[in-house]
Formats: sequence, C-alpha cells, structure tokens
Amino acid sequence: MKEIILAKVGETALKGLNRKVFEDMLIKNIKRKIHKLGRFEVVSSQSTIRITPLDDDIDMDDTAEAVGKVFGIVAYSRACIAPKDLDEIKRCAAEYLADIFEDNVSFKVESKRSDKKFPYGSPEISKEVGSYLADTFPNITVDVHNPDYTVTVEVRDFAAYIHANVVEGAGGLPVGSGGKAAILISGGIDSPVAAYMIAKRGVELTAIHFASPPYTSDRAEEKVKTLLEYVSDYSGRMIMYTVPFTRIQEEIQKNCPEELFTIIMRRLMMNISNRIAEQNGCQALITGESLGQVASQTIGALACTDEVAAMPVFRPLIGMDKKEIIAIAHKINTFETSCLPYEDCCTVFTPKHPRTRPKLDLVRKAEAAVDWEEMINEAVENVKVTKIGE
Amino acid sequence: MEIYLDNSATTKPCKEAADKIMYALENIYGNPSSLHRPGFEAEKEVTHARKAVAKLLGAEADEIIFTSGGTEANNTAVFGAALARQKTGSRIVTTAIEHSSVYESCMELQRRGFDVVFLEPQGGNISEEQLSDAIDENTILVSVMMVNNETGVRLPVDKIAKIIKKNNAPALFHCDAVQAFGKIPVRPSKIGADLVTVSAHKIHGPKGTGALYVRKGTFIRPLLYGGEQQRKLRPGTEAVPLICGFGAAVQNIGSMSENMNRIKELHSYAEEKLAAIEGVEINSPSDALPYILNISAVGVRSETMMHFLESREIYVSSGSACAKGKKSHVLTAMGLDPSRIDSALRISFSKYSEKSDVDTLAACLQEGMDKLVHSK
Repeated sequence: MKEIILAKVGETALKGLNRKVFEDMLIKNIKRKIHKLGRFEVVSSQSTIRITPLDDDIDMDDTAEAVGKVFGIVAYSRACIAPKDLDEIKRCAAEYLADIFEDNVSFKVESKRSDKKFPYGSPEISKEVGSYLADTFPNITVDVHNPDYTVTVEVRDFAAYIHANVVEGAGGLPVGSGGKAAILISGGIDSPVAAYMIAKRGVELTAIHFASPPYTSDRAEEKVKTLLEYVSDYSGRMIMYTVPFTRIQEEIQKNCPEELFTIIMRRLMMNISNRIAEQNGCQALITGESLGQVASQTIGALACTDEVAAMPVFRPLIGMDKKEIIAIAHKINTFETSCLPYEDCCTVFTPKHPRTRPKLDLVRKAEAAVDWEEMINEAVENVKVTKIGE
Repeated sequence: MEIYLDNSATTKPCKEAADKIMYALENIYGNPSSLHRPGFEAEKEVTHARKAVAKLLGAEADEIIFTSGGTEANNTAVFGAALARQKTGSRIVTTAIEHSSVYESCMELQRRGFDVVFLEPQGGNISEEQLSDAIDENTILVSVMMVNNETGVRLPVDKIAKIIKKNNAPALFHCDAVQAFGKIPVRPSKIGADLVTVSAHKIHGPKGTGALYVRKGTFIRPLLYGGEQQRKLRPGTEAVPLICGFGAAVQNIGSMSENMNRIKELHSYAEEKLAAIEGVEINSPSDALPYILNISAVGVRSETMMHFLESREIYVSSGSACAKGKKSHVLTAMGLDPSRIDSALRISFSKYSEKSDVDTLAACLQEGMDKLVHSK
C-alpha cells in the first residue's frame, strides 16, 4: 500500500509576504534531509507539504524519522493514497488502519474535500467511511468528542489521502531563514543542546572548538565531531573550526592569577571566536552557559566575557536547570557521547577557587600581563577546518 | 621509531602467531564439531593449541576452556562458581584491587544477595591474615589475582588453598593470572587453584581469545548455553584462527626465566633513570612483577603526560587502560596520595623491550616535565 507523508508547516505560514521564501527553504531542507533514502516529490499546497516517494523500495519509517527532525514542521502524518472513489477509499482505509483497529479503541472520521467536483460532501464521506470501519472492525467504537484516533480523509486534486496518526514535528523555523551563528563547543552536555536550540529558530550553524594538545586529546576532538554530527541531524551540515589553544592556555597558567584562569581563558576564547565568526559571515555567537551552573557562569563572569564580543552572544540555556538540559540532550541523542570522560579545554587547569564575582578592571589588568595579540592571530590563522554532516 | 611500553594493556602479536592466524583463516575453515575431514582438521588444530596452553599451566588439555578472552573467563569463573555453590554458602572473598571483570562481577553478585568481602590492601598488599580472617565455613568462592595489572604487585595466592582447607571453607579458588601467565610459572596444581584465567593478547597472541583452566572434577555453571562444545562449559563454535594464534604465541614464549632476567635488568635500569627525574615517584613496590612499573610524574596529569609522550611516539598507559576517566580504584585502594594518583603512568614491558626504549622514554619524560605546565 502506497504511503506518503503530509507535513504541516508551522509558524512559517504566518510570515506574510515571506511565506514563499520560507516554504521554499523548508522544501529544500526536507529534500536535502531525505535524498539519501531515495527519490521523492516534495510539493507544498495549503500549508501542507506533501512528500511522495517515487521509488517502491523506500523505507517510510526512516523517511518519517528524518522528516521529524526538520525544523519548520510542526506536525506530520503518514497517509495512504487511495483512488478518488468512495468504495476504494473505504477499502483502503480499512486495510491501512487494520493494525491499530484490532484493539479496543475509539475513533471518529473527519473529511476535507478540496476537490469540489468529488460527488460526495465532507459529512457524507465521514459518515460512509465511519460506518464501514465500524462494521469491519468489531472491537472499535465511535466517539466524536474524545476519540483515540481521528481518521482523516482528504480528497485532493489527484488522489485521496487517509491518515489517523498526527505526530509532533521538530517545530521551529526552517534552518537558514534566521541567518548564521557560531556555537562554542567544548564536548560537555550543554553546548550541543544550545546549538540545537538556536538552529531550531532557523539559524544556520558554524562550530568553534578549542583544542589544547597534549592537555586535551584527539579523542576529545573526535567526541566533539560526533556531538556535532548528532546536532547536524537537525541543523544540517556545518563547518567546524578547531582552534589550537595550547600556547594561550599555557601562558594564562604561567602569567595570570589562578582565581582568574577561567575568566581570562573565556575572554580569549570569545575574542578568537568573534574573529572566526566574523570571517565566516556569522552574526552571533552561541554558548551553552546556564546561570550559576559554575563559577564562570555567574552574572558578573558573563558580563566580563561578553565585554570582549562584538556581536550578540546567545545563551539559550541561561534559565534552564541541568535536568531540563539533560532531557533535551537525551532527545537529540547527544547525552551518552557528552559523558565520555576526556579532558577538554575547559577542564584542564581548573582553578581550585575561581572568582565568582570578578571585577572587570582587575580582570583587564591581570590580562594585560601578556601581549595576546600575536598569539591570538597565530591561533586564528592555524584553525583546522572539518566538514560536519551529510 | 615508535616505542610501545603498554604491554599490560595489550601486546603486538608476534610474527609466529600472526602467520598462524592467517594460515588458519585461509585453510582451517571447518567447524571443529563437524564430522567430516575439514571439521576434523579444525579440531586437531584447536586440540594442538589446547595442549600448548595446558602444558604451560602444567595441566591436562581437557582442563582448558577457550573463551573470548580474560573478561569472559573471569565472568565464567566468578558467576559459574557462585551459582554452582549457592546452596552451600553465600560468602565470596575477593580483593579491592582485582581487574574490573572480577570486581564488577562480584559487585553484581553482591546486588543479588551474596555476602561479598572485598579485602582492602594494607601496606600495598593483601596479607595472609586478612585472608584467613575473611574465609569462613560459609565461603564458597575465593577469587584473588596473581599479579595486579596496574602496579605489578604479587598477591599471596600460594597461601589461599591452605587457608581454605584450614578454615573448613567449602570454597572454590579462582585465580586471575592474566598478567602473570607466560611471565612467571602459573601452576594451578601447585597453588591449589580450581579455576585460573589466562589471556592470549597479553603474551603476543591475538585479541579475542583467552582460556579458563577448570580443574578436573570441578563443577561450575556455564555462562552461555547452546551446544556441547568444551565440556558444555563454553558452547559455541570455537574461534579456530584465534585459538591457533594463541597456541602459537604460547609456544613462542621461549624461556620464561631468561626473559625474566632481561626484564629484571631493564626494570631496575628504568627505575633508576626515571626516579632521577625531578618530580617522578615510583609507585610499584620493589617486589612487584618487573614487567610492570607504575610511576607518577607529579604535577602533570596522567592524560596530559601520556599524550605528550604519544606526540613523541612513546606509548604508555595513564593509570589502567580499563579505568579511563575514573580515578584508579587500585591506586586509591593502595592508599596513594591523590596528587600521585592523578599523575600516575604505567610502563609495561614485553620480552621485545630494549634498553634504548627506556633511554628515549626517560629523555622525553624529562622534556615533558620541563615543558608542560604543572597544575598548582
């Protein structure tokens, strides 16, 4: 039985004159996401995107899963295609729904008729299909107010579609519709979640990772790549820039007061990220900080780091508890990888008693002990470029 | 040229083993349980390897059960013995410095209601007295390793059988001899062990195979079910090529005492050279197995120094290879200072190690201590 996917477009539909641009972007993103699974026709009409497989051997479970990860789709359903004939529609509905209607469940039928030439009206279609299903499956009951399943019959221009399960989509806006931003990613639980959340708002991602070999290892970098691969399931492909950070970290350690290690390190990371982001057309930076989670994530510390950035710094996790962040990490599959125990640039040289309320003038003064410019340039010039996703 | 000094994690297969595996892969393709000729050929090869392993243990061939490696052999021994004797008693005596495949198995048995005693080393080792106090009339299994994999410490396994007898314990004695096998004599009959674990890839054999010695007449429950192979204790088609490689590696060990004399010399040379570096402390006790030398490069985290040495193509282990990320439970149990645990490195030799390897290691360790920023 031939199946298609009907995807409901969310907020995209609300965006007035931009609607066409947004929809085109969404269709492009869907096509890019599923092209590996086979050939498809992806077209839009009346706030619904219809995804029709063109090859017989396409796995529709995989397709549905992939579609469920495309931002800009609020909900989607798998539907069967029936010829535009009432008897055929009934027969197809019974066959398609046989699995779920074996059990004691309640249902109702709703119909939409966009092809006004079809000889039956919507209420008539619902009534006919409903009684046919009730006759065919002895276990099911009709409940028009609170049914377990709402069977929807849509009579469109070329065929009728029947579906009973609407699944929540990834939500958000199509990636690319909201510009481009750079995520600072260490390898912990938070930054991949932050990246996911900003991508969800239609933002294309670039990733920046700081590596300090031999204090950090190849495995730590590989771990970040794996995390970004998971994020790119949603955000689409991206470029990862690995910044050689050893020298700068060693100089901080040698020349700055211990309680300011972290704050000075983060300011330098911000400085370098800002430059890389600018060079690559990003309009904002993203970090995974959550207020008060660690010493470098207090209001005072964040103010000290932000002072260095010339572009907005997005912190989508700022008001979230660890538990809430972990729940999203599980959802996007990054949690297990994040928990692999490799040293990253944020865990080496952690001071024993970091300053939680750093004074900006003191931080600046301590930082001025070293002339960073040459080292920053060296780091920016020697970034390693890795392609992530697809 | 790379210098591999992580031989307690694994060894590079010797040419003899690699050749034998390749030969078996291509030629000995029959199933040892098949009655036709290719099957018989395979059975003969497996028997040949079994005899080689048995000979080194001073055991009979049918006392050797091939497994997928040390971890499976340890699991089979611990669970197999505990489940076979659970009606006789409930106490299991082991140590806090066992390999995690024994330690974690015993933890699981504890969760299932067994009374497990984990002996903590005192002064770096387990004493006869501790063992004697713990092993009682309710004890059904004693599992103690012969040589510790992180420090090379030798445990008093030759005293255990006597204690079991003296204390009237209805216990089986299992000895994890993975780090000792092929390096010092491992004779189950001499130490009175009922179960002994050995592994191929620590003696220049392939990964993926090991063996459990099960003394004749000893009954344990299998871990796996589904065939008549290997006294029904380890059903499943034998990994013929790997087992052949295991046999070849055993036959290629040469004279253990000659090897030992070389390693002893190498070990004291290394100890002297490394201890001369400022900040380097020796963690292995002087009577430890000379194949293993545990040190601390105090001030530089294990992982950092390990990666620094890696950049010089020298490969050692940070703590134990099986305990990445976590503080080593062995070094913790030995009562080492946290700063020494955080900076611990394990250097482990093989019969192929050279004096020049130690020279390069010492020079690079010195360079690392000078160059790397120490944590405060």
